[in-house]
Amino acid sequence: MNWTWFYRLGSPLWFYQMTTRWLPWLSLLAFVLLTTGLVWGLGFAPQDAKQGNSFRIIYLHVPASFLALAGYFLMATAGAIGLIWKMKLSYMIMKSAAPIGAALTFLALFTGAVWGKPTWGSYWVWDARITSMLILLFLYFGVLALQYAFHNEESGNKASAVLALVGTVNIPIIYKSVDWWYTLHQPSTIKLTSAPSMHPDMFHPLLVMILGFYCFYVVALCLFTRVEILRRERKTAWVGELAARSSNAVEGAKQ
Amino acid sequence: MRSHASNGFCAYLRRDLRLSHRRLGEAASPLIFFIMVSTLVPLGITPDPASLALVASGIIWVFALLATMLSANDLFTGDYQDGSLEQLLISPQVLVMPVLGKVTAHWLVTGLPLTIVSPLLGLMLSLPEAGYFPMMASLALGTACLSLLGAVGAALTVSLQKGGMLLALVVMPLYMPVIIFGGATVQYGIDGLAWTGPLAILGAMLAAAIALCPLAIAGVLRLTSIN
Amino acid sequence: MKFQFQDVGQMLNMGGHGFYVWSAVIVTLMIIIGLIIRPLIQHRVVLSQIGQDLAREKLRKRVDGENN
Repeated sequence: MNWTWFYRLGSPLWFYQMTTRWLPWLSLLAFVLLTTGLVWGLGFAPQDAKQGNSFRIIYLHVPASFLALAGYFLMATAGAIGLIWKMKLSYMIMKSAAPIGAALTFLALFTGAVWGKPTWGSYWVWDARITSMLILLFLYFGVLALQYAFHNEESGNKASAVLALVGTVNIPIIYKSVDWWYTLHQPSTIKLTSAPSMHPDMFHPLLVMILGFYCFYVVALCLFTRVEILRRERKTAWVGELAARSSNAVEGAKQ
Repeated sequence: MRSHASNGFCAYLRRDLRLSHRRLGEAASPLIFFIMVSTLVPLGITPDPASLALVASGIIWVFALLATMLSANDLFTGDYQDGSLEQLLISPQVLVMPVLGKVTAHWLVTGLPLTIVSPLLGLMLSLPEAGYFPMMASLALGTACLSLLGAVGAALTVSLQKGGMLLALVVMPLYMPVIIFGGATVQYGIDGLAWTGPLAILGAMLAAAIALCPLAIAGVLRLTSIN
Repeated sequence: MKFQFQDVGQMLNMGGHGFYVWSAVIVTLMIIIGLIIRPLIQHRVVLSQIGQDLAREKLRKRVDGENN
C-alpha cells in the first residue's frame, strides 16, 4: 500500500499552494451563500407566528452554534493527528481553529442573548444549552491560554492538543450533567422547546446559512493556517522566495 | 510485574505523604483557606441564618473546589524542580502507578481533611441538618475526582513558571460536572429526596476518572516536560 | 415567496424587534469580517517581516564579504 499521499497531506507547502488556488473560489461561494441566506432569511422568510420577527435571529444563531461545536471537534481531531503522526500542519490547523471557534462560540452566545430578550424577556437565563455553550467558550479559552503560555512552541502544541482531547471526552459528560442540572432547577415559566418541525419556507434559508457558515469557516481556517505556515516555515527556501517576491512587488508599486 | 507496579503506587504514596508531613504548614494551607474563605460569606452576603441555609450547600462545594484547585498546582512542581520527575520519567517503571500514588496522597492531604472539616463549615453557614451526611459523602467522592482532574491540569502546566492562574482556566470547565452532582447530592439531602442517586453518579465519575486520568497525566508528563 | 416588509423603515423596525435582530446581524458581520481581515493583515505583516530579515541577512553577508 502506498501511503505517500498521506504524508503529502501533511506538507505545509502543499497546503499553501492548494489554498492559494482554491481559496478565491471558496470565498466567493461563502460570500454568495451568506448574502443569499441573509437576505432571504431577513427579508423573505415568513414571520414566526409566536415570536414575530425576532425569530429571524435563528439564521445567525443556529449556524454559529453548529460551527462552535464542530470547530471544537475539528480542533481536537487535528490535535490528535498531530500527536499520533507528529504532523506539523495538523498542529497549525489546531492552533488556527482555537480563536475562530472561540469567536463563533461568543457569537452564538451573543445572538442567543439578543434573541432571548424579546422571547423570554431576559438576556440571560441559565438554560441548559446556554450554560453548555458558556462552558464550551471556557474550554476554548483554556486551550488558547495554554497555547500562548509555552515559550517552546512544540510543548505548547502538545499540551493544548491533549487538553483539547481531554475536553472532547468531557463535552458529552458536561452536556449530560448540565442537562440534568437544568431539569432539576427548571423554572416553570420558561420553556425552551423549538417548534418540532419548521416550515420549509423558514427552513430553506437556514440551510443556506448553515452551508454558508461552513464555507466561511473553512476559508477563515485556511487563512489563519496560512499565516501560521509562514511563521513556522520562515527558514525554508520557498517562504524566502515568497517574501522576496512580495517585497519586490511592494517596491515596484512604490516606484 | 504486578507487584512491581503496585510498589510504585505505594512508594510514591508514602513518599508524598512523608513530604507533606515535613511541611505541615504548607500542607494545611488549603484547609485553612477553606475555613477562612467561608467567613467571607456571612460578611459579604448576610449573617441571617435562613438566607445562609439556602446557599450553604453550594458555597461549601464551591470553596472545596477552589481549595483543591489551588493546591493541585503544586502537585508536580516540587518534583519537576528538583529533577525527581525526570528520574521517574526515564525509569522503566509503569508511569501510571506512581502518578496514581501521588494523586492519592494529594487527596489524603487536601480532600479528606476538607471532608472532615466540612461539618464545621456547615455549622457556621447554618446548613440544614439533613444535609450533613450527604455533604460529607459527596465531598469525599467529589474531591477525589477534583484531585484527579486537577492533576491533569497540573501536569499540563508543570513546566511553566506561572502556572497557577492558567491551571484554573484549564481545569475549571472540567470541574463543572463534579460540582453539579456534588451540589445536587447535598440539596437532595436537604430536600428529603433520595440523595444516593446523584452520589452514585459522582461515584461513577470517580471510577471513570481513576481509570482515565492517570493515563492522561502520564501521557502529558511524558509529552511536555521532556524536551 | 414574497418580500415580507412594505418599506425599508418597516424592515429596520422588524415589528418592534429591530434592535435585537439588527444588533445580532451587525455583531455577526463584524465577527465574520474580523475573522477574515485579521489573518489577511497578519499574512502581509509576517511576509514583510521575513522579507526584511532576509534583506538584512543579505546585506550583512555582503558587508562581511567586503571586509574580508
